[in-house]
Amino acid sequence: MAIEVRVPTILRVYTGGEKSVNAEGDTLQAVITNLEVNYPGIGGRLLDDSGLRRFVNVYLNDEDVRFLDGLNTSVGDQDAITILPAVAGG
Amino acid sequence: MRFDSLLQSVGHTPLIGLPRLSPSSDVRLWAKLEDRNPTGSVKDRAALNMILQAEAQGLLRPGCTLLEPTSGNTGISLAMVAKQRGYNLICVMPENTSVERTQLLTMWGATIITSPAAGGSNEAVRVAKGLAAQNPDWVMLYQYGNEANAQAHYDSTGPELLSDLPEITHFVAGLGTTGTLMGVGRYFRDHKPEVQIVAAEPRYGEVVYGLRNIDEGFIPELYDASLLTSRFSVGPLDALKRTRQLLEIEGIFAGISTGAILHAALGIAKKADEAGQVANIAFIVCDGGWKYLSTGAYEGTLAEAETKIEGQLWA
Repeated sequence: MAIEVRVPTILRVYTGGEKSVNAEGDTLQAVITNLEVNYPGIGGRLLDDSGLRRFVNVYLNDEDVRFLDGLNTSVGDQDAITILPAVAGG
Repeated sequence: MRFDSLLQSVGHTPLIGLPRLSPSSDVRLWAKLEDRNPTGSVKDRAALNMILQAEAQGLLRPGCTLLEPTSGNTGISLAMVAKQRGYNLICVMPENTSVERTQLLTMWGATIITSPAAGGSNEAVRVAKGLAAQNPDWVMLYQYGNEANAQAHYDSTGPELLSDLPEITHFVAGLGTTGTLMGVGRYFRDHKPEVQIVAAEPRYGEVVYGLRNIDEGFIPELYDASLLTSRFSVGPLDALKRTRQLLEIEGIFAGISTGAILHAALGIAKKADEAGQVANIAFIVCDGGWKYLSTGAYEGTLAEAETKIEGQLWA
């Protein structure tokens, strides 16, 4: 089961420059754990002791996972995960 | 409608049904036309209230200088209000914004300091904070952390919506400073808590996210996630597609950020329709399309338009 994960420029040092990588797992937590296996170091940029880092936004098919089930959000085949740093608008 | 001055005419915008884009007679979309404000955007509400509150607090003296980081609309609104009230305005604006924004700011008498494209508005905020520290006599109203921004929507946008659409079930708006969503969200929490508050956040090209470190990210001080039901990230292709649909199908000429908001609203409408629910979904038309004509958003194929706005702060 492959889930597409889109990686922001700032984290591509961990993915060998790849914009988009495949990962496995049935929850967001499992996907991040799997990412860390293949791209060591990336997990620590996404998570801290309290969960998702404050300035990291993660979207499951364009919906912010903080308004779904956070790290426990279920993911499945065909799903796409997008990681973005929080930026200002206005 | 008659008003004693331009500033008093801010707000009171029409709420327009969208009979052709709504999926059924049970699930209806309603557009709140914020482009009908004096400078043509929703930001007039926040700008006016921030200045009036600062005056009430004794922070402003005639002839004093305001400083604000802005990607455009807030700056244009502040420039209009500042001119009426006798203040100077300096805007710190990212260089990757449309040329019309610069023209309008200059027209209303503002001075512009540009900040680098990389990092988008984050960078404008950083530059403005630095300038504010060096110039203690300048007043930075700071839209991202100024409660008067959200309060403007608590006091006006929220009540207007509930009065015009008592059956409202959902409110959808763009997430920038978060002022509109926080103010309207708090208003409905106090007056009709079952209304779902949905954020549509523009997803820009990569240059805008060009931070040096992920810990340099930015979350407006006004943001309170507990007021939102859900939050969607909308990319440029979907935003452009919906902007054009709004024009072609309902005749409303809106800016690109409105397309992003409409995309989220249509997603909610589809879900409600499939679930057999009744829904009245109100969303914000932030501004008209005039300021974005030079971006190429309205010409050629969607793919061509997407290429043209790549790297631009289109919302």
